[in-house]
Amino acid sequence: MAVSCARYGLREMFLGGVRSLDELRSRLSIDGQEAEIDARDLVHKEINDLIREAALSGARKITLLNVCGQRYIGTRLFLPQQEGKIEIHVYSTPGNDLGAFLAGHRIVVHGNAQDGVGNTMDDGEIVVHGRAGDIVAMAMRGGRIFIRDSVGYRAAIHMKEYTGKVPVLVIGGTAQDFFGEYMAGGIVILLGLNLKPGERHHAHYIGTGMHGGVIYLRGEVAPYQLGKEVGVLELDDKDRRLLHQYVGEFTRHFKLNAESILDDRFVKLMPVSKRPYGRIYAY
Amino acid sequence: MQPQISERYLPEKDSQACGLFGVMNTAGERFGGEMAINAMVNMKVRGNGLGGGFAIYGLYPEYRDYYALHIMFERHQLGAKEIVDEFLADHFHVVYDEEIPTNKKATVLNPPVVWRYFVSPRQQLEEENNLSDDEFVVEKVMYINTRIDGAYVFSSGKDMGVFKGVGFPEEIADYFMLDRLYKGYIWTAHSRFPTNTPGWWGGAHPFSILDWTVVHNGEISSYGTNRRYLEMFGYYCTLYTDTEVMAYAVDLLMRRQGLPIEVVSRIFAAPMWDIIEHMEPERRELYKTLRMAYAPLLMNGPFTVIVAHHNEMFGLTDRIRLRPITAAAAGDFVFLSSEEASIRAVAPRLDLAWTPPGGEPVVARLHTRDHLASLARAV
Repeated sequence: MAVSCARYGLREMFLGGVRSLDELRSRLSIDGQEAEIDARDLVHKEINDLIREAALSGARKITLLNVCGQRYIGTRLFLPQQEGKIEIHVYSTPGNDLGAFLAGHRIVVHGNAQDGVGNTMDDGEIVVHGRAGDIVAMAMRGGRIFIRDSVGYRAAIHMKEYTGKVPVLVIGGTAQDFFGEYMAGGIVILLGLNLKPGERHHAHYIGTGMHGGVIYLRGEVAPYQLGKEVGVLELDDKDRRLLHQYVGEFTRHFKLNAESILDDRFVKLMPVSKRPYGRIYAY
Repeated sequence: MQPQISERYLPEKDSQACGLFGVMNTAGERFGGEMAINAMVNMKVRGNGLGGGFAIYGLYPEYRDYYALHIMFERHQLGAKEIVDEFLADHFHVVYDEEIPTNKKATVLNPPVVWRYFVSPRQQLEEENNLSDDEFVVEKVMYINTRIDGAYVFSSGKDMGVFKGVGFPEEIADYFMLDRLYKGYIWTAHSRFPTNTPGWWGGAHPFSILDWTVVHNGEISSYGTNRRYLEMFGYYCTLYTDTEVMAYAVDLLMRRQGLPIEVVSRIFAAPMWDIIEHMEPERRELYKTLRMAYAPLLMNGPFTVIVAHHNEMFGLTDRIRLRPITAAAAGDFVFLSSEEASIRAVAPRLDLAWTPPGGEPVVARLHTRDHLASLARAV
């Protein structure tokens, strides 16, 4: 607890100095179903308070201006009594854990995102017109994420699915190491659009510890770049239908041509075992 | 009997992250502290007010030929200053010294006295004549840190200095009036979130020996092995934190052994054996040799560091990048940071922003574009 340490000089860096809604209301302008928030120098709790206030006041499209590093944008927006979902446009650089626990809303980032996009997201959609950092879609359990450019380490780490809830992550560029690490479910598509002809994906340890879900990969990888827990398979008709649907959605977001991408060869990576470490602790 | 006053602060265990920032003008133009300070304010949630600090290069051009010693004295042991003064007079020509000016209105807790001395070595003993000036200074710094209670050397390089303490970085900057008094061509900064070791004035980052400084986010779990190896070369860890080994290791490898960072990064963050197995034969031999010759300097555990010395600043993460780093460039400025947003907060118009893979250094050197070399495998 921070409070018990206060006499030793420990300061509350998350909630210290957070202003009340009344003090911040001038940052919010609402016009019918549209709202605008000037996020300059606000801390993340203040931004989320204002988003919630705008949503409760009937706004359905909320534009955040001057965002620069504030975390957890779009979380804490569970609105059971409300009709319809919210669309949040972020300019320009949101902080870590964008859309954490996202409850069915839509977030569009007009710039680059940082680490932890869609952390444990439940449902909805995140579209990033730029690149994203590490652990994109960590523990994601529903909804869709589209990243135009590349992503950092450990994208899709421990993504999961359960019955009808199947999360989808589509990445236009390439990824760094431990792509799909400990993946337990969901659909991940890596397009490699920014690789040069003949250039392999750079990631090593792809799918290490993977025990569920599927990765579709366009572009070359050498076998040693894959984790020991994945096998490489050719696509069947069901796979092609899935790719057609989600690559189609991806290209509509970023105004690209789906046909030329889909014409290229994809491989399918799937776990060879549902319990790769099941024997480690067994006698 | 007076109760002993402790100048250390023990927070309850709480995992977060530190914030790192570095900015260099590769044309060598000196600039003020606004960018470094404001970038740290932008990343305030990465620290908890238990440590903040700055290293500045190109700091003392009027004394550029002298070693600038920044020395901290704990207030309940001010006798240490007399001992240090005597020690310095015995071993150095002290051309100028003064208390580092501070803003008495700044909100910091229990600040120690911090003094600066501009000195040149005065080698008297026969065995000291064999030492280079740098070796002589390292030896004397180690003596002060290990033998004189209550005195710790913050920095000991030429034309540079470290300012640090317990507080948020902007509070430390306000206390030492960094934005008003100083200019430099490299600024590195740190916001601390101590987890395993106490937050105290000497334990704040940057860590420094001669003109090498290190700011660090993470945990060097190989600390014990690294420390024992460094002791064989006369480096003694006294500051109760893992980061210290990194400063001494760069001094050993880069200054004393003359290795470039492009090689040193493969020692600190050596690739995994199974990756080495798939390299071209010549590279494979080099990487194998480095791993075997320098095994005790492998830095294990999650880390990102920004290291600087005269004319050079570089950023490096552990080999599987368990801590973040972002690099960016705008004109002659090169930036390294824990977060892209903190760079954009102080330089909205960037030419480039990129993230290198784990273990791949981003090296900014004076009058070069060497930092662009790290773009090849970046995202």
